[in-house]
Amino acid sequence: MSTTETFHPPINQRLKSAGLWLATFLLMIIMCVPGLWVVLSAFRPNSEILAKPPVWIPQNLTLDNFRKIFGLGSEQIGLPVGSYFMNSVIIAATSTFIALVIGMAGGYAFARYRFAGKGGIFLGLMLFRAVPGIALSLPVFMIWSKLGLIDTKLGLVIVYVSLNVPFTIWLIDGFFRQIPLALSEAAQVDGCTRWQAFWKIEFPLARSGIAAAGVFAFLTSWNEFALASQLTRSTDSKTLPVGLLDFTAQFTIDWAGMCAMAVIIIIPALALTFLVQKHLIAGLTFGGVKG
Amino acid sequence: MSKASKALPFWRSGASTPFLLLAPALITMAFVVLVPLVFSLYTSFTGYRLVRPETLYTVIGWRNYARALTDFDFWIAFGRTILFLTIAINLELLLGLGIALLINKVTWGQRTLRTIMMFPMMFSPILVGFQFKFIFNDNIGILNNALLALGLIATPLPWLVNGALAMFSLAFAEIWMSTSVFAILLLAGLFAMPSDPLEAAKVDGCNTWQVFRHITLPFIMPFAYIAMTIRSLDVARAYDIVKVMTGGGPAGRTELLWTIIAREGYDNARMGMANSMAYISTILSILFTWYFYRKLVSARRYMGGEQ
Repeated sequence: MSTTETFHPPINQRLKSAGLWLATFLLMIIMCVPGLWVVLSAFRPNSEILAKPPVWIPQNLTLDNFRKIFGLGSEQIGLPVGSYFMNSVIIAATSTFIALVIGMAGGYAFARYRFAGKGGIFLGLMLFRAVPGIALSLPVFMIWSKLGLIDTKLGLVIVYVSLNVPFTIWLIDGFFRQIPLALSEAAQVDGCTRWQAFWKIEFPLARSGIAAAGVFAFLTSWNEFALASQLTRSTDSKTLPVGLLDFTAQFTIDWAGMCAMAVIIIIPALALTFLVQKHLIAGLTFGGVKG
Repeated sequence: MSKASKALPFWRSGASTPFLLLAPALITMAFVVLVPLVFSLYTSFTGYRLVRPETLYTVIGWRNYARALTDFDFWIAFGRTILFLTIAINLELLLGLGIALLINKVTWGQRTLRTIMMFPMMFSPILVGFQFKFIFNDNIGILNNALLALGLIATPLPWLVNGALAMFSLAFAEIWMSTSVFAILLLAGLFAMPSDPLEAAKVDGCNTWQVFRHITLPFIMPFAYIAMTIRSLDVARAYDIVKVMTGGGPAGRTELLWTIIAREGYDNARMGMANSMAYISTILSILFTWYFYRKLVSARRYMGGEQ
Protein backbone atom coordinates (compact mmCIF):
# COMPACT_ATOMS: atom_id res chain seq x y z
CA MET A 1 0.00 0.00 0.00
CA SER A 2 2.34 2.77 -1.18
CA THR A 3 1.26 6.36 -0.67
CA THR A 4 2.38 7.31 -4.18
CA GLU A 5 0.00 4.90 -5.84
CA THR A 6 -2.44 7.72 -6.77
CA PHE A 7 0.21 9.11 -9.15
CA HIS A 8 0.41 5.95 -11.24
CA PRO A 9 -1.28 6.05 -14.61
CA PRO A 10 -4.74 4.43 -14.46
CA ILE A 11 -3.80 1.52 -16.74
CA ASN A 12 -0.96 0.56 -14.45
CA GLN A 13 -3.23 0.65 -11.45
CA ARG A 14 -5.88 -1.42 -13.14
CA LEU A 15 -3.27 -4.05 -14.00
CA LYS A 16 -2.11 -4.03 -10.41
CA SER A 17 -5.60 -4.56 -9.03
CA ALA A 18 -6.26 -7.30 -11.59
CA GLY A 19 -3.04 -8.98 -10.51
CA LEU A 20 -4.01 -8.71 -6.86
CA TRP A 21 -7.42 -10.16 -7.62
CA LEU A 22 -5.90 -13.04 -9.55
CA ALA A 23 -3.40 -13.80 -6.80
CA THR A 24 -6.13 -13.77 -4.15
CA PHE A 25 -8.39 -15.86 -6.36
CA LEU A 26 -5.66 -18.47 -6.85
CA LEU A 27 -4.99 -18.54 -3.12
CA MET A 28 -8.69 -19.15 -2.43
CA ILE A 29 -8.78 -21.95 -5.00
CA ILE A 30 -5.72 -23.61 -3.47
CA MET A 31 -7.53 -23.41 -0.12
CA CYS A 32 -10.47 -25.25 -1.67
CA VAL A 33 -8.39 -27.97 -3.35
CA PRO A 34 -8.79 -30.62 -0.60
CA GLY A 35 -12.57 -30.34 -0.78
CA LEU A 36 -12.64 -30.22 -4.56
CA TRP A 37 -10.46 -33.32 -4.72
CA VAL A 38 -13.01 -35.30 -2.71
CA VAL A 39 -15.84 -34.04 -4.95
CA LEU A 40 -13.89 -35.00 -8.07
CA SER A 41 -13.05 -38.44 -6.68
CA ALA A 42 -16.75 -39.12 -6.14
CA PHE A 43 -17.14 -39.20 -9.91
CA ARG A 44 -14.14 -41.46 -10.59
CA PRO A 45 -14.09 -45.25 -10.51
CA ASN A 46 -12.24 -46.87 -7.62
CA SER A 47 -9.75 -48.45 -10.01
CA GLU A 48 -8.60 -44.98 -11.04
CA ILE A 49 -8.27 -43.73 -7.46
CA LEU A 50 -6.23 -46.78 -6.45
CA ALA A 51 -4.10 -46.80 -9.63
CA LYS A 52 -0.32 -46.99 -9.35
CA PRO A 53 1.24 -44.86 -10.77
CA PRO A 54 -1.48 -42.32 -9.91
CA VAL A 55 -3.85 -41.07 -12.63
CA TRP A 56 -3.81 -37.27 -12.37
CA ILE A 57 -6.23 -36.32 -15.12
CA PRO A 58 -9.59 -38.12 -14.70
CA GLN A 59 -10.04 -40.45 -17.69
CA ASN A 60 -13.66 -41.44 -17.25
CA LEU A 61 -16.17 -39.66 -15.04
CA THR A 62 -19.08 -41.73 -13.84
CA LEU A 63 -22.17 -41.62 -11.64
CA ASP A 64 -21.76 -45.28 -10.69
CA ASN A 65 -20.57 -44.43 -7.18
CA PHE A 66 -23.84 -42.64 -6.46
CA ARG A 67 -25.92 -45.47 -7.94
CA LYS A 68 -23.93 -47.88 -5.82
CA ILE A 69 -24.40 -46.16 -2.47
CA PHE A 70 -28.13 -45.83 -3.07
CA GLY A 71 -28.29 -49.49 -4.07
CA LEU A 72 -29.36 -48.79 -7.66
CA GLY A 73 -26.54 -50.24 -9.75
CA SER A 74 -25.29 -53.76 -10.17
CA GLU A 75 -22.69 -53.17 -7.48
CA GLN A 76 -24.08 -52.81 -3.96
CA ILE A 77 -22.65 -51.72 -0.66
CA GLY A 78 -23.73 -52.90 2.76
CA LEU A 79 -24.89 -49.51 3.98
CA PRO A 80 -28.46 -48.18 3.78
CA VAL A 81 -27.40 -44.69 2.74
CA GLY A 82 -30.94 -43.92 1.55
CA SER A 83 -32.44 -44.33 5.00
CA TYR A 84 -29.55 -42.44 6.64
CA PHE A 85 -30.31 -39.61 4.25
CA MET A 86 -34.00 -39.63 5.14
CA ASN A 87 -33.20 -39.75 8.87
CA SER A 88 -30.86 -36.79 8.49
CA VAL A 89 -33.47 -34.76 6.60
CA ILE A 90 -36.30 -35.54 9.03
CA ILE A 91 -34.23 -34.97 12.18
CA ALA A 92 -32.56 -31.78 10.93
CA ALA A 93 -35.77 -30.26 9.54
CA THR A 94 -37.87 -31.03 12.62
CA SER A 95 -35.31 -29.81 15.11
CA THR A 96 -34.70 -26.66 13.05
CA PHE A 97 -38.41 -25.83 12.96
CA ILE A 98 -38.83 -26.26 16.72
CA ALA A 99 -35.59 -24.38 17.48
CA LEU A 100 -36.75 -21.48 15.29
CA VAL A 101 -40.11 -21.18 17.09
CA ILE A 102 -38.43 -21.28 20.49
CA GLY A 103 -35.61 -19.03 19.30
CA MET A 104 -37.98 -16.43 17.84
CA ALA A 105 -39.84 -16.13 21.13
CA GLY A 106 -36.57 -15.93 23.08
CA GLY A 107 -34.86 -13.58 20.62
CA TYR A 108 -37.86 -11.25 20.70
CA ALA A 109 -37.75 -11.21 24.49
CA PHE A 110 -34.05 -10.24 24.47
CA ALA A 111 -34.45 -7.63 21.73
CA ARG A 112 -37.59 -5.89 22.94
CA TYR A 113 -37.83 -6.22 26.73
CA ARG A 114 -35.81 -5.21 29.70
CA PHE A 115 -35.99 -7.67 32.55
CA ALA A 116 -34.11 -8.80 35.60
CA GLY A 117 -31.19 -11.12 34.94
CA LYS A 118 -31.19 -10.50 31.18
CA GLY A 119 -27.42 -10.52 30.70
CA GLY A 120 -27.06 -13.48 33.01
CA ILE A 121 -29.67 -15.57 31.19
CA PHE A 122 -28.09 -14.80 27.82
CA LEU A 123 -24.64 -15.76 29.09
CA GLY A 124 -26.08 -18.88 30.70
CA LEU A 125 -27.60 -19.99 27.40
CA MET A 126 -24.28 -19.52 25.62
CA LEU A 127 -22.35 -21.40 28.30
CA PHE A 128 -24.77 -24.32 28.06
CA ARG A 129 -24.00 -24.41 24.38
CA ALA A 130 -20.31 -24.65 25.18
CA VAL A 131 -20.59 -28.07 26.85
CA PRO A 132 -18.61 -30.47 24.61
CA GLY A 133 -20.89 -32.83 22.70
CA ILE A 134 -19.10 -35.95 23.89
CA ALA A 135 -19.24 -34.81 27.53
CA LEU A 136 -22.96 -34.10 27.22
CA SER A 137 -23.53 -37.40 25.47
CA LEU A 138 -22.62 -39.43 28.60
CA PRO A 139 -25.47 -38.30 30.90
CA VAL A 140 -27.89 -37.89 27.98
CA PHE A 141 -27.10 -41.46 26.94
CA MET A 142 -27.89 -42.73 30.45
CA ILE A 143 -31.11 -40.72 30.77
CA TRP A 144 -32.29 -41.48 27.23
CA SER A 145 -31.77 -45.21 27.91
CA LYS A 146 -34.12 -44.96 30.89
CA LEU A 147 -36.67 -43.01 28.82
CA GLY A 148 -36.43 -45.34 25.84
CA LEU A 149 -35.21 -42.54 23.58
CA ILE A 150 -32.02 -44.24 22.41
CA ASP A 151 -32.09 -45.01 18.69
CA THR A 152 -35.20 -42.92 18.06
CA LYS A 153 -35.46 -39.85 15.85
CA LEU A 154 -37.32 -38.06 18.64
CA GLY A 155 -34.37 -38.55 20.99
CA LEU A 156 -32.01 -36.86 18.58
CA VAL A 157 -34.49 -34.10 17.71
CA ILE A 158 -34.81 -33.12 21.38
CA VAL A 159 -31.03 -32.92 21.75
CA TYR A 160 -30.59 -30.89 18.56
CA VAL A 161 -33.30 -28.40 19.52
CA SER A 162 -31.43 -27.57 22.70
CA LEU A 163 -28.14 -27.48 20.81
CA ASN A 164 -29.58 -24.89 18.43
CA VAL A 165 -31.69 -22.71 20.73
CA PRO A 166 -28.84 -20.55 22.18
CA PHE A 167 -27.36 -19.67 18.82
CA THR A 168 -30.75 -19.14 17.21
CA ILE A 169 -31.62 -16.71 19.99
CA TRP A 170 -28.32 -14.88 19.51
CA LEU A 171 -28.89 -14.45 15.76
CA ILE A 172 -32.60 -13.60 15.91
CA ASP A 173 -32.08 -11.16 18.78
CA GLY A 174 -29.62 -9.30 16.54
CA PHE A 175 -32.07 -9.17 13.63
CA PHE A 176 -34.96 -7.88 15.73
CA ARG A 177 -32.75 -5.16 17.22
CA GLN A 178 -32.05 -3.79 13.75
CA ILE A 179 -35.75 -3.10 13.24
CA PRO A 180 -36.64 0.34 14.65
CA LEU A 181 -39.00 0.05 17.59
CA ALA A 182 -40.95 3.01 16.18
CA LEU A 183 -42.39 0.82 13.41
CA SER A 184 -44.20 -1.60 15.66
CA GLU A 185 -45.17 1.21 18.03
CA ALA A 186 -46.81 3.04 15.16
CA ALA A 187 -48.74 -0.11 14.32
CA GLN A 188 -49.85 -0.39 17.91
CA VAL A 189 -50.96 3.25 17.97
CA ASP A 190 -53.04 2.40 14.92
CA GLY A 191 -54.84 -0.27 16.89
CA CYS A 192 -52.79 -3.43 16.44
CA THR A 193 -52.05 -5.57 19.46
CA ARG A 194 -48.40 -6.29 20.11
CA TRP A 195 -48.97 -9.80 18.78
CA GLN A 196 -50.43 -8.44 15.53
CA ALA A 197 -47.69 -5.83 15.25
CA PHE A 198 -45.12 -8.60 15.54
CA TRP A 199 -46.60 -10.66 12.71
CA LYS A 200 -47.39 -7.69 10.46
CA ILE A 201 -44.27 -5.57 10.97
CA GLU A 202 -41.36 -7.22 12.74
CA PHE A 203 -41.63 -10.77 11.44
CA PRO A 204 -41.73 -9.82 7.73
CA LEU A 205 -38.78 -7.45 8.20
CA ALA A 206 -36.68 -10.01 10.06
CA ARG A 207 -37.75 -12.89 7.83
CA SER A 208 -34.52 -13.24 5.86
CA GLY A 209 -32.51 -13.11 9.07
CA ILE A 210 -34.71 -15.75 10.63
CA ALA A 211 -34.18 -17.88 7.53
CA ALA A 212 -30.41 -17.51 8.00
CA ALA A 213 -30.73 -18.60 11.62
CA GLY A 214 -32.76 -21.56 10.38
CA VAL A 215 -30.05 -22.53 7.92
CA PHE A 216 -27.46 -22.33 10.66
CA ALA A 217 -29.57 -24.57 12.90
CA PHE A 218 -30.23 -27.01 10.06
CA LEU A 219 -26.53 -27.33 9.31
CA THR A 220 -25.63 -27.83 12.97
CA SER A 221 -28.05 -30.76 13.15
CA TRP A 222 -27.10 -32.03 9.70
CA ASN A 223 -23.40 -32.10 10.57
CA GLU A 224 -23.50 -33.17 14.22
CA PHE A 225 -21.59 -36.35 14.99
CA ALA A 226 -20.46 -36.76 18.63
CA LEU A 227 -23.95 -37.08 20.10
CA ALA A 228 -25.50 -38.85 17.13
CA SER A 229 -22.82 -41.54 17.13
CA GLN A 230 -23.72 -42.53 20.71
CA LEU A 231 -27.50 -42.01 20.69
CA THR A 232 -28.25 -43.92 17.48
CA ARG A 233 -27.98 -47.64 16.87
CA SER A 234 -29.74 -48.68 13.65
CA THR A 235 -31.34 -47.48 10.44
CA ASP A 236 -34.21 -46.17 12.60
CA SER A 237 -32.21 -43.11 13.53
CA LYS A 238 -28.63 -43.20 12.20
CA THR A 239 -27.74 -40.00 10.36
CA LEU A 240 -25.36 -39.45 7.44
CA PRO A 241 -22.26 -38.44 9.48
CA VAL A 242 -22.61 -41.62 11.57
CA GLY A 243 -23.07 -43.60 8.36
CA LEU A 244 -19.91 -42.08 6.89
CA LEU A 245 -17.90 -43.23 9.91
CA ASP A 246 -19.38 -46.73 9.57
CA PHE A 247 -18.32 -46.61 5.94
CA THR A 248 -14.71 -45.68 6.77
CA ALA A 249 -14.59 -48.44 9.40
CA GLN A 250 -15.67 -51.14 6.95
CA PHE A 251 -13.35 -53.99 6.17
CA THR A 252 -13.02 -53.25 2.47
CA ILE A 253 -12.09 -49.65 1.82
CA ASP A 254 -14.22 -48.12 -0.91
CA TRP A 255 -12.79 -44.62 -1.36
CA ALA A 256 -14.95 -43.72 -4.36
CA GLY A 257 -18.12 -44.75 -2.52
CA MET A 258 -17.11 -42.76 0.56
CA CYS A 259 -16.38 -39.71 -1.57
CA ALA A 260 -19.82 -40.04 -3.15
CA MET A 261 -21.37 -40.18 0.30
CA ALA A 262 -19.36 -37.11 1.31
CA VAL A 263 -20.80 -35.28 -1.71
CA ILE A 264 -24.32 -36.29 -0.63
CA ILE A 265 -23.61 -34.69 2.77
CA ILE A 266 -22.02 -31.55 1.38
CA ILE A 267 -24.53 -30.63 -1.35
CA PRO A 268 -27.43 -29.49 0.90
CA ALA A 269 -24.97 -27.61 3.11
CA LEU A 270 -23.42 -25.90 0.10
CA ALA A 271 -26.74 -24.91 -1.44
CA LEU A 272 -28.21 -23.57 1.79
CA THR A 273 -25.14 -21.59 2.81
CA PHE A 274 -24.89 -19.91 -0.59
CA LEU A 275 -28.53 -18.91 -0.35
CA VAL A 276 -28.22 -17.09 2.94
CA GLN A 277 -24.52 -16.23 3.30
CA LYS A 278 -25.13 -12.47 3.31
CA HIS A 279 -27.68 -12.65 6.13
CA LEU A 280 -25.57 -15.13 8.02
CA ILE A 281 -22.60 -12.76 8.17
CA ALA A 282 -24.83 -9.80 9.05
CA GLY A 283 -26.50 -11.82 11.78
CA LEU A 284 -23.27 -12.97 13.36
CA THR A 285 -21.68 -9.53 13.43
CA PHE A 286 -24.61 -7.21 14.17
CA GLY A 287 -26.05 -9.48 16.78
CA GLY A 288 -22.68 -9.50 18.47
CA VAL A 289 -21.33 -6.01 18.15
CA LYS A 290 -24.02 -3.43 17.69
CA GLY A 291 -25.95 -5.18 20.44
CA MET B 1 -33.03 6.14 25.87
CA SER B 2 -36.42 6.78 24.33
CA LYS B 3 -36.98 3.06 23.82
CA ALA B 4 -37.32 2.37 27.52
CA SER B 5 -39.67 5.23 28.29
CA LYS B 6 -41.91 4.49 25.34
CA ALA B 7 -41.96 0.78 26.01
CA LEU B 8 -42.82 1.39 29.66
CA PRO B 9 -46.62 1.00 29.37
CA PHE B 10 -46.26 -2.36 27.68
CA TRP B 11 -43.94 -4.05 30.04
CA ARG B 12 -45.49 -2.54 33.11
CA SER B 13 -48.77 -4.11 32.11
CA GLY B 14 -47.09 -7.46 31.69
CA ALA B 15 -43.73 -7.73 33.44
CA SER B 16 -43.89 -11.49 33.01
CA THR B 17 -44.07 -11.40 29.20
CA PRO B 18 -40.32 -11.76 28.52
CA PHE B 19 -40.12 -14.68 30.91
CA LEU B 20 -43.07 -16.36 29.22
CA LEU B 21 -41.38 -15.85 25.86
CA LEU B 22 -38.16 -17.30 27.20
CA ALA B 23 -39.82 -20.18 29.04
CA PRO B 24 -39.70 -22.70 26.15
CA ALA B 25 -35.99 -22.01 25.64
CA LEU B 26 -35.20 -22.28 29.34
CA ILE B 27 -37.25 -25.46 29.79
CA THR B 28 -35.57 -27.13 26.80
CA MET B 29 -32.11 -26.19 28.01
CA ALA B 30 -32.92 -27.36 31.53
CA PHE B 31 -34.19 -30.72 30.28
CA VAL B 32 -31.41 -31.49 27.81
CA VAL B 33 -28.41 -29.76 29.37
CA LEU B 34 -28.90 -28.76 33.00
CA VAL B 35 -30.53 -31.96 34.28
CA PRO B 36 -28.03 -34.21 32.46
CA LEU B 37 -25.14 -32.10 33.78
CA VAL B 38 -26.39 -32.48 37.36
CA PHE B 39 -26.85 -36.21 36.79
CA SER B 40 -23.39 -36.36 35.25
CA LEU B 41 -21.95 -34.61 38.32
CA TYR B 42 -23.60 -37.19 40.58
CA THR B 43 -22.39 -40.06 38.39
CA SER B 44 -18.85 -38.75 38.50
CA PHE B 45 -18.86 -39.49 42.24
CA THR B 46 -20.00 -43.09 41.75
CA GLY B 47 -18.28 -46.17 40.43
CA TYR B 48 -20.97 -46.57 37.75
CA ARG B 49 -20.21 -49.14 35.09
CA LEU B 50 -22.62 -49.62 32.20
CA VAL B 51 -22.49 -53.39 32.45
CA ARG B 52 -23.42 -53.37 36.16
CA PRO B 53 -26.41 -51.04 36.65
CA GLU B 54 -26.48 -51.41 40.45
CA THR B 55 -23.11 -49.63 40.67
CA LEU B 56 -24.93 -46.36 39.89
CA TYR B 57 -25.71 -46.17 43.62
CA THR B 58 -22.23 -46.85 44.97
CA VAL B 59 -20.92 -43.43 45.84
CA ILE B 60 -17.14 -43.44 45.96
CA GLY B 61 -16.50 -39.74 46.59
CA TRP B 62 -13.60 -38.08 44.86
CA ARG B 63 -11.93 -41.34 43.83
CA ASN B 64 -12.72 -40.92 40.10
CA TYR B 65 -11.29 -37.42 40.11
CA ALA B 66 -8.26 -38.53 42.07
CA ARG B 67 -7.68 -41.35 39.58
CA ALA B 68 -8.16 -39.10 36.57
CA LEU B 69 -5.84 -36.46 37.97
CA THR B 70 -3.09 -38.95 38.75
CA ASP B 71 -3.51 -40.80 35.46
CA PHE B 72 -0.53 -40.23 33.19
CA ASP B 73 -2.50 -40.87 29.98
CA PHE B 74 -5.12 -38.34 31.02
CA TRP B 75 -2.55 -35.61 31.59
CA ILE B 76 -0.79 -36.38 28.34
CA ALA B 77 -4.10 -36.10 26.47
CA PHE B 78 -4.94 -32.97 28.46
CA GLY B 79 -1.66 -31.29 27.62
CA ARG B 80 -1.89 -32.40 24.01
CA THR B 81 -5.39 -30.92 23.74
CA ILE B 82 -4.29 -27.56 25.15
CA LEU B 83 -1.24 -27.47 22.87
CA PHE B 84 -3.31 -28.54 19.87
CA LEU B 85 -5.94 -25.86 20.45
CA THR B 86 -3.40 -23.12 21.19
CA ILE B 87 -1.51 -23.75 17.99
CA ALA B 88 -4.60 -24.31 15.85
CA ILE B 89 -6.58 -21.32 17.06
CA ASN B 90 -3.69 -18.87 16.90
CA LEU B 91 -2.83 -19.94 13.38
CA GLU B 92 -6.50 -19.74 12.39
CA LEU B 93 -6.67 -16.18 13.73
CA LEU B 94 -3.47 -15.13 11.94
CA LEU B 95 -4.33 -16.81 8.64
CA GLY B 96 -7.90 -15.55 8.85
CA LEU B 97 -6.64 -12.01 9.43
CA GLY B 98 -4.24 -12.31 6.51
CA ILE B 99 -6.96 -13.54 4.15
CA ALA B 100 -9.39 -10.86 5.33
CA LEU B 101 -6.84 -8.08 4.78
CA LEU B 102 -6.01 -9.46 1.35
CA ILE B 103 -9.63 -9.64 0.22
CA ASN B 104 -10.28 -6.20 1.70
CA LYS B 105 -7.47 -4.79 -0.45
CA VAL B 106 -8.90 -6.22 -3.64
CA THR B 107 -10.92 -3.51 -5.36
CA TRP B 108 -13.43 -5.61 -7.29
CA GLY B 109 -14.93 -9.08 -7.20
CA GLN B 110 -14.79 -9.12 -3.40
CA ARG B 111 -18.10 -10.96 -3.07
CA THR B 112 -16.95 -13.79 -5.37
CA LEU B 113 -13.75 -14.21 -3.39
CA ARG B 114 -15.67 -14.16 -0.12
CA THR B 115 -18.04 -16.83 -1.37
CA ILE B 116 -15.19 -19.09 -2.43
CA MET B 117 -13.53 -18.48 0.92
CA MET B 118 -16.62 -19.77 2.73
CA PHE B 119 -16.29 -23.18 1.06
CA PRO B 120 -14.48 -24.93 3.95
CA MET B 121 -17.05 -23.58 6.43
CA MET B 122 -19.70 -25.78 4.86
CA PHE B 123 -17.82 -28.98 5.60
CA SER B 124 -18.85 -30.73 8.76
CA PRO B 125 -15.99 -31.91 11.02
CA ILE B 126 -16.68 -35.52 10.15
CA LEU B 127 -16.36 -34.65 6.45
CA VAL B 128 -13.16 -32.68 7.04
CA GLY B 129 -11.78 -35.67 8.90
CA PHE B 130 -12.71 -38.05 6.11
CA GLN B 131 -11.37 -35.70 3.47
CA PHE B 132 -7.94 -35.48 5.07
CA LYS B 133 -7.93 -39.20 5.84
CA PHE B 134 -8.24 -39.57 2.06
CA ILE B 135 -5.66 -36.92 1.22
CA PHE B 136 -3.10 -37.94 3.84
CA ASN B 137 -3.51 -41.67 3.09
CA ASP B 138 0.03 -43.00 2.77
CA ASN B 139 -0.77 -45.33 -0.11
CA ILE B 140 -3.25 -43.60 -2.42
CA GLY B 141 -3.44 -40.07 -0.93
CA ILE B 142 -2.93 -37.16 -3.30
CA LEU B 143 -0.34 -35.59 -0.98
CA ASN B 144 2.07 -38.52 -1.04
CA ASN B 145 1.42 -39.04 -4.75
CA ALA B 146 2.28 -35.41 -5.44
CA LEU B 147 5.39 -35.42 -3.24
CA LEU B 148 6.61 -38.62 -4.89
CA ALA B 149 5.89 -37.32 -8.38
CA LEU B 150 7.80 -34.12 -7.64
CA GLY B 151 10.67 -36.15 -6.29
CA LEU B 152 10.58 -34.45 -2.87
CA ILE B 153 10.37 -37.77 -1.05
CA ALA B 154 11.66 -41.20 -2.05
CA THR B 155 9.23 -43.35 -0.07
CA PRO B 156 5.65 -42.56 0.99
CA LEU B 157 5.40 -40.67 4.30
CA PRO B 158 3.19 -42.38 6.93
CA TRP B 159 1.11 -39.24 7.62
CA LEU B 160 -1.51 -40.88 9.80
CA VAL B 161 0.59 -43.74 11.15
CA ASN B 162 3.48 -41.84 12.67
CA GLY B 163 2.57 -40.05 15.94
CA ALA B 164 4.10 -36.65 15.19
CA LEU B 165 2.99 -36.61 11.55
CA ALA B 166 -0.51 -37.64 12.60
CA MET B 167 -0.75 -34.71 15.04
CA PHE B 168 0.39 -32.41 12.25
CA SER B 169 -2.26 -33.84 9.93
CA LEU B 170 -4.97 -33.38 12.55
CA ALA B 171 -3.93 -29.78 13.17
CA PHE B 172 -3.88 -29.15 9.44
CA ALA B 173 -7.45 -30.45 9.13
CA GLU B 174 -8.59 -28.38 12.10
CA ILE B 175 -7.01 -25.21 10.71
CA TRP B 176 -8.41 -25.84 7.24
CA MET B 177 -11.88 -26.18 8.70
CA SER B 178 -11.95 -23.10 10.92
CA THR B 179 -9.78 -20.43 9.29
CA SER B 180 -12.75 -19.28 7.19
CA VAL B 181 -14.76 -18.50 10.32
CA PHE B 182 -12.13 -16.00 11.42
CA ALA B 183 -11.61 -14.63 7.92
CA ILE B 184 -15.31 -14.07 7.29
CA LEU B 185 -15.95 -12.25 10.56
CA LEU B 186 -12.79 -10.14 10.39
CA LEU B 187 -13.67 -9.24 6.82
CA ALA B 188 -17.11 -8.13 7.98
CA GLY B 189 -15.29 -5.90 10.48
CA LEU B 190 -13.05 -4.44 7.78
CA PHE B 191 -16.07 -3.78 5.55
CA ALA B 192 -17.81 -1.96 8.40
CA MET B 193 -14.81 0.26 9.12
CA PRO B 194 -15.24 3.97 8.32
CA SER B 195 -12.57 5.27 5.94
CA ASP B 196 -12.17 8.77 7.49
CA PRO B 197 -9.78 7.81 10.31
CA LEU B 198 -7.64 5.85 7.85
CA GLU B 199 -7.32 8.81 5.51
CA ALA B 200 -6.71 11.21 8.38
CA ALA B 201 -3.91 9.00 9.67
CA LYS B 202 -2.33 8.83 6.23
CA VAL B 203 -2.49 12.60 5.89
CA ASP B 204 -0.79 12.84 9.28
CA GLY B 205 2.03 10.71 7.89
CA CYS B 206 1.38 7.36 9.54
CA ASN B 207 2.91 4.43 7.71
CA THR B 208 0.98 1.30 6.76
CA TRP B 209 2.02 -0.59 9.90
CA GLN B 210 1.08 2.30 12.22
CA VAL B 211 -2.31 2.63 10.56
CA PHE B 212 -2.91 -1.08 10.95
CA ARG B 213 -1.67 -1.24 14.53
CA HIS B 214 -3.47 1.81 15.91
CA ILE B 215 -6.62 2.13 13.80
CA THR B 216 -7.53 -1.05 11.92
CA LEU B 217 -6.65 -3.55 14.63
CA PRO B 218 -8.55 -1.89 17.51
CA PHE B 219 -11.58 -1.52 15.25
CA ILE B 220 -11.74 -5.18 14.23
CA MET B 221 -10.93 -6.58 17.68
CA PRO B 222 -14.62 -6.98 18.63
CA PHE B 223 -15.04 -9.03 15.47
CA ALA B 224 -12.09 -11.18 16.48
CA TYR B 225 -13.78 -11.71 19.86
CA ILE B 226 -17.02 -12.72 18.15
CA ALA B 227 -15.04 -15.24 16.13
CA MET B 228 -13.28 -16.49 19.27
CA THR B 229 -16.59 -16.82 21.13
CA ILE B 230 -18.18 -18.76 18.27
CA ARG B 231 -15.05 -20.86 17.94
CA SER B 232 -14.87 -21.58 21.65
CA LEU B 233 -18.39 -23.01 21.48
CA ASP B 234 -17.25 -25.79 19.19
CA VAL B 235 -13.63 -26.57 20.01
CA ALA B 236 -14.81 -30.05 20.97
CA ARG B 237 -15.64 -30.70 17.32
CA ALA B 238 -11.99 -31.74 17.02
CA TYR B 239 -13.28 -35.01 18.48
CA ASP B 240 -15.05 -35.80 15.20
CA ILE B 241 -11.90 -35.17 13.18
CA VAL B 242 -9.71 -37.35 15.39
CA LYS B 243 -12.34 -40.08 15.47
CA VAL B 244 -12.34 -40.41 11.68
CA MET B 245 -8.71 -39.73 10.91
CA THR B 246 -6.79 -41.71 13.52
CA GLY B 247 -9.25 -42.92 16.16
CA GLY B 248 -6.74 -41.67 18.76
CA GLY B 249 -4.01 -43.93 17.40
CA PRO B 250 -1.27 -44.90 16.69
CA ALA B 251 -1.08 -46.35 20.23
CA GLY B 252 -2.85 -43.37 21.76
CA ARG B 253 -0.42 -40.85 20.28
CA THR B 254 -3.20 -38.57 18.99
CA GLU B 255 -5.59 -39.06 21.91
CA LEU B 256 -7.31 -35.81 22.91
CA LEU B 257 -9.34 -35.12 26.04
CA TRP B 258 -12.60 -35.92 24.25
CA THR B 259 -11.48 -39.19 22.70
CA ILE B 260 -10.25 -40.37 26.13
CA ILE B 261 -13.70 -39.59 27.58
CA ALA B 262 -15.43 -41.57 24.83
CA ARG B 263 -13.04 -44.49 25.30
CA GLU B 264 -13.59 -44.63 29.07
CA GLY B 265 -17.36 -44.20 28.87
CA TYR B 266 -18.38 -46.28 25.90
CA ASP B 267 -15.55 -48.67 25.07
CA ASN B 268 -14.50 -49.44 28.65
CA ALA B 269 -18.06 -48.83 29.98
CA ARG B 270 -16.67 -47.00 33.02
CA MET B 271 -19.30 -44.24 33.10
CA GLY B 272 -18.41 -42.85 36.51
CA MET B 273 -14.80 -42.35 35.53
CA ALA B 274 -15.73 -40.95 32.11
CA ASN B 275 -18.14 -38.48 33.71
CA SER B 276 -15.46 -37.12 36.01
CA MET B 277 -13.19 -36.54 33.00
CA ALA B 278 -16.12 -35.07 31.06
CA TYR B 279 -16.74 -32.67 33.93
CA ILE B 280 -13.18 -31.44 33.81
CA SER B 281 -13.46 -30.86 30.05
CA THR B 282 -16.85 -29.16 30.41
CA ILE B 283 -15.51 -26.72 32.99
CA LEU B 284 -12.57 -25.95 30.70
CA SER B 285 -14.84 -25.27 27.73
CA ILE B 286 -17.15 -23.08 29.79
CA LEU B 287 -14.25 -21.02 31.17
CA PHE B 288 -12.89 -20.58 27.67
CA THR B 289 -16.23 -19.39 26.29
CA TRP B 290 -16.90 -17.21 29.32
CA TYR B 291 -13.53 -15.48 28.95
CA PHE B 292 -14.10 -14.53 25.32
CA TYR B 293 -17.71 -13.61 25.93
CA ARG B 294 -16.59 -11.13 28.63
CA LYS B 295 -14.09 -9.69 26.16
CA LEU B 296 -16.83 -9.44 23.57
CA VAL B 297 -19.19 -7.64 25.94
CA SER B 298 -16.57 -5.10 27.01
CA ALA B 299 -15.52 -4.50 23.40
CA ARG B 300 -19.17 -4.02 22.53
CA ARG B 301 -19.57 -1.51 25.35
CA TYR B 302 -16.43 0.29 24.18
CA MET B 303 -17.96 0.59 20.72
CA GLY B 304 -21.03 2.28 22.17
CA GLY B 305 -23.49 -0.54 21.77
CA GLU B 306 -25.90 -1.45 24.53
CA GLN B 307 -26.30 -4.78 26.21
